[in-house]
Parts: sequence; C-alpha cells; structure tokens
Amino acid sequence: MQFDLLIINGLLMDPSFGFTKKADVGIKDGVIARIFDKGRVTKKVIERFPDENIIDAKGAVVTPGLIDLHVHFREPGYENKETIQTGSRAAAAGGFTSVCCMPNTLPAIDNQETVKFVTSLAEKGDCRVYCIGAITKNREGKELSEIGDLVKAGVVAISDDGNYLQNPEVMRRALEYSKMFDIPVISHAEDVYLAGDGIMNESFESSRLGMSGRPAVAEEIAIIRDIKLAGLTGGRLHIAHVSTAGGVEAIRRGKSEGVRVTAEAAPHHFTLTDKLIGERFDTNLRVSPPLRTEADRQAVIGGLIDGAIDCIATDHAPHTDEEKDVEFDHAPPGMIGLETCLGLAITQLADKGYLTLPDLIRKLTVNPAKVVGIPSNSLREGEIADVTIFDPEATWTVKREKLRSKSKNTPFLGWKLKGKIIATIMNGRLTYRAE
Amino acid sequence: MRLSSRHLLQLEGTLKKDLELILDTAESFREILDRPIKKVPPLRGKTIVNLFYEASTRTRISFELAEKRLSADTVTFTTSMSSVQKGESLRDTVRNLEAMKIDMVVVRHGSAGVPYYLTHCLDANIINAGDGTHEHPTQGLLDIFTMRRKYGHVAGLRVLLVGDIKHSRVARSNIWGLKTLGASVAICGPTTLLPYEAEKFGVDVYTNVDEAMDGVDVVNILRIQLERQKAGLFPSQREYTNLFGITGERLKRLNKNYTIMHPGPMNRGVEITNEVADGPASVILSQVTNGQAVRMAVLYLLAGAEDKDVREAEERG
Repeated sequence: MQFDLLIINGLLMDPSFGFTKKADVGIKDGVIARIFDKGRVTKKVIERFPDENIIDAKGAVVTPGLIDLHVHFREPGYENKETIQTGSRAAAAGGFTSVCCMPNTLPAIDNQETVKFVTSLAEKGDCRVYCIGAITKNREGKELSEIGDLVKAGVVAISDDGNYLQNPEVMRRALEYSKMFDIPVISHAEDVYLAGDGIMNESFESSRLGMSGRPAVAEEIAIIRDIKLAGLTGGRLHIAHVSTAGGVEAIRRGKSEGVRVTAEAAPHHFTLTDKLIGERFDTNLRVSPPLRTEADRQAVIGGLIDGAIDCIATDHAPHTDEEKDVEFDHAPPGMIGLETCLGLAITQLADKGYLTLPDLIRKLTVNPAKVVGIPSNSLREGEIADVTIFDPEATWTVKREKLRSKSKNTPFLGWKLKGKIIATIMNGRLTYRAE
Repeated sequence: MRLSSRHLLQLEGTLKKDLELILDTAESFREILDRPIKKVPPLRGKTIVNLFYEASTRTRISFELAEKRLSADTVTFTTSMSSVQKGESLRDTVRNLEAMKIDMVVVRHGSAGVPYYLTHCLDANIINAGDGTHEHPTQGLLDIFTMRRKYGHVAGLRVLLVGDIKHSRVARSNIWGLKTLGASVAICGPTTLLPYEAEKFGVDVYTNVDEAMDGVDVVNILRIQLERQKAGLFPSQREYTNLFGITGERLKRLNKNYTIMHPGPMNRGVEITNEVADGPASVILSQVTNGQAVRMAVLYLLAGAEDKDVREAEERG
C-alpha cells in the first residue's frame, strides 16, 4: 500500500478513547489510512520511502492535532500585527491544526461577509481556522448580532471578547438566543467599572510600583454573574482565560450545580505572576486579564488538575514592536502564545507532575473540540489526518528569529522549554516540520 | 567613594551606604549654597537634559539650578515644546537626544518605569525626577536630608506621612529611604487613598490622624489633588479637611521638637493651615533649599560613578 506520509516509531496517544500504543501511522489522501502495530512496517518499506515523507517519531508522542480556542489573527483590519497566513503558520509551528479566531477585527466578525472573508483566506493557510462571531453588533454590547446568520456562515461560538457584556440583560438574551444553535457564549469576564483603568493586577506589586490595579474580584464577580445567567437560561457559557483563584472556584461551583459552563486557562496565567512586572517593566507582561499572584497561579493549576478548567487556550494576541516598545501603560495588552503553548504546558504542568501527558493532551484536543462542537480527529483508521508529533523530553530555547508569528511580543524569549514539536500534519499535509 | 549604581531610579532597594553617601555629599554642597558665589566646577563640560513629560515647576527649576551651580550645560524639554505631541515615541525622542551627545538625563514622566526604560535606550546616567505614582527619589532624599540636618540622625525617628498615599510617589520614596536608614514610618489617609495591602510596605497604617500623631517626630503632609475627589475617592474637600487637615490643634500629640514638612505645592486651608505651614516647626522652605544640595550631590556622584554599572557587575559575580 502506498502512503503520502509515514510516521514511524512513535507512541500514539489519544485521550478521547483512552488509547496509548506504540505504533506506526500511514497517511493517504488526507486520512489516517493505516495504523500498524509496532514493527509491522518493515525496514524494506521504510528504505523505499522518500525521506521527506517519513517522520521518525522515536521518543516522540503522536496525538490528534492540537486545537486552540482563543487566538487573534487580526485580519481583517490589523494586518500589521498578524494575518491569517502568518498566524496559521505560527499555529502549525506550535502543533495546532485548528484555531478559533476572536472577532475583534476591523470590521468585527459580526456578519456573514467577514466570516466568509476570513474563511476564504484560511483555505490557503496552514491550519483550520474557525470563526467566533461577535455577540453584539460591532461588539458594542447593545444589540445582538444576526447570530443565526453567523452560525449559517460557520461560526462556532460567539463572544465580544475584550469587551465584557457589562449589561446583564444583554448577556441573558445572548445566552438564551444562542441556545437555539447550541453554540457557547464565550465571556471575557471582567467587570468594566471595577477593572477601571488598571494596567496590572491589584496587589502589593501594584501598590509598590504605583500602577493602577485591576482587582481580582472584577473577574470573580463577572464570572459569578455569567454563571448565574447561564443557570437561569440553560445557555452554554464558556469562560475565557480564567486568571483568579475566585474565578476558578466560581466555575467549579457552577459545574457542581449543573450549570453548562466550561473554561479555559492561558499558559501565561499558569506560568507567570505579577511579581515579574517590576523587574524590567516588560510591556510583553501587560496582558488582559493581567498576570495575577502566585496564589492565583496555583489555583489555575488546581483548576486544570481537577477539571474546573477544561481547556488550555493561548489568547495569542499579536502586537507590533512599535506598539509594545513604549511606556508600560501605553502598550496594548496581549502576548503571542501559539508557538510556546505546548512547551510551557509540558514544562509547567506535565513535567512538574500536575497533569499526566494524556490529561494535558485532552485539554488541547478533545476538550476544546467539545466546547465549540468541532471535530477532534482521533487517531483511528479512516479519520481525517490532523496529527501532532512532539518530543516531550526534548528541550529548546525560544528565539525571536525562529518565531513564525508576524509579531514577536512574548516575554518568553530566551526561555528553555521542555516539549518540542517535531511535526504537524493538517488534512494529511505536513504543515510544520522541525529543522 | 562611589555610588554602586550609575543611575538613580528609585529608593526601594537603594543600598544604605549609597543613601548615606548622597546625604553626606549633600552636606558639603549645602555649605556652598550659603556662600556668596554658589557655583562650583565639577560638572564642567557635562551636558544634561531635563526631560519633563509632566508639568513641574519646583522640581524642574531645582534640577536646573543644581546643574548650573555644578557648571554643567543644560537644556530642558517639556511636553509642550517637544515632538511628543506630534506623535513621536519616547524611544525616538530620547535617542535623538542621545545623538546630541548627552551625558545625563533627568526625567519626569507620568508612567511608572520610564526611567528604567530609558536605561535601556541610552548610555547616559538616568535620574528619576518622578515616574507616575511610583517614586520620586530626589524628593525622598531631600526630605530625609532635611530630617537628618535637624535631628542629626535618621535612625529611630518616627515619621508620619499624611494624605493621598496611594497616588504619591513622594510617599513611596520616603517610605523606602526612611526604612533603609532605620526610621519608623506611619502613614495616614482616607482608606480609599491608601495603597492596597499598605501594611506590606512595613509601615503602620492609620485612618485616624489624631491617633497617628502619637509619638511622632516628623509629619510630612502630602498634597491632596482635587481630581481625586472628582473620581469619587472622597466625598468633598470639606470632609477631607475635617478628617485629615493638619491644624494647630492636631499637633498636640506630637513629640517635643517636632517637625512639619510638605513637598509642595500646598493647598493652604485644605491639607494644612497657615498656622502649621508657617509655624515655628515648619521646615517647608528649608526642604526647597536642601533639595538643591541633594540634587547637586546626586548629579555630582552619578557623573563620577563607574562607566559600568558596578552593582550589576557584582550581581553577575
């Protein structure tokens, strides 16, 4: 049998059906054509195969393609920061085969045309790009977008992202209305008034630096309110980038009470704390929600461990050097995250024993797929070949010149991370291969 | 003797020996200020830029005079004159200045961390003249210098800061410097104008100004900004004055030989009455004179500091 790609010597791991096995994989016509028991692919076959089509996964793990629920690809409107093209290349380099784009573009993704525009650009890209539509027209928090139309165009969730729906009545209607389409409402939960003009977490660090702070309760109150509304309406709520201990606890309680709520955490929130800001005033540490205290960081890890937090999502937020090379409070919030996500997750979570590798992969594959109802292509014969191969033991250093994202705004430059992407395959095509 | 850093960015973390060196050096410059000819030559040939992104009269003039009295060549930029309003970035403004071969930059800016940022854009010595509500190290030093001149020591003094601590860079610099030198510090203000987790500064926190005065040697009264009232942080100027205004009546619980300080500009009748501001214990104008001496000392010492950052080198081992 002929294959387009052959993955040999790898450890296959698919938590969606509790599958872990040493095996070889043959891919043809975009599909996983055969899974061979270890050693069944003979040396002779391998020798006949051209090098560029064979991936030696010795010591590596082969998993379903990673899925990121939360990226900003900036197109249309902010192509100086990122484009669908560059963003999808960064995604592939980070092991992702599917991403969900937030609608804070210009114009906002609040209509079919913009969805179609983004989708058409993504056809040539290196990963599957799903759109998250705006909840309200122009993300203004007032009138609902034509959500039915958006869903028809392929939108998998709705969110006003950076803008919290401050008016609870509008949020209630959004949760009610979206039930018809069985899509989640994703909430960037932070009370606008309490967060105020804060540029970092409110803690002794903000006191020490004299910077205006955003209190943790701004997030907690917003999450609690949204969970109450999800409970009232029976709508599906997904909390983006949980960063506070109180927020994690509120989600845990909401789940135990049967509310349809899911949540994600970003790598920077389980890795970094607000203590770093005063060290060099690195504007790449300005994110929204802000980096919190060590207790919050531990609580986010706790939520990932006990399942209060379902997914790891990057909140990949590109900004140019020119925008970030300014005073701390003038810099726009956000950092890129696609290319460092798996390395940080393995270094901070798996390697420290907080999550097993299958549990970690679950939070990057099957769980996010369930949240937005997209396929998590499992490692079975006949399935679409979206596959990620990484070496969980290999270490690498984050280098600016190696980053594929158009923007380089990451505080992790120079960090040594464990867990290196060997190759990414999307729809049977090699979209990334380590040098 | 040299400072162990070539910049003065903040008093937090500044070594005791460096604080003492600045204060001792300021003593010599203080004497010069009493001479008929107040100009000395040590910074002849040095070029200093005063980069003021925020309105300031007192601090700007104080630095300018200090520089001139040390014979430096100086130029002052303020926002209204610079290209900032044309949209030029801070980095570009500063690099243009450097291209003009500047030796030192004195910077005042509304954003915390800007002086630190400049150390990465420039080879010049950087002096923080106030960054946002973070620190104002030369003000902290001149306040401490004024106390030391009066009492002969700083260790063991009890110092109370009253007012809008949360938004005060003067308060932060005072707290760190005083604590490093062994003084005991108390702060007092409305709860809405105290920093979050204020006790972590290692100070005693009060909201009752009369209680806070007990056993205090120095009261440093901070300016209350009317914008804070508009932002809803306290109900009215009248109530602020009733609760926190320092009147002659309120001075009774202080230690004998007490001192009244204010970094200026004062809102007379709001945070301080005339009786207190102009009373025998007020050293408010001495603070201004001493500010000259302290700034001369800082400029002089930084100009003579090693080209390489000694402290960084030590840390690197």
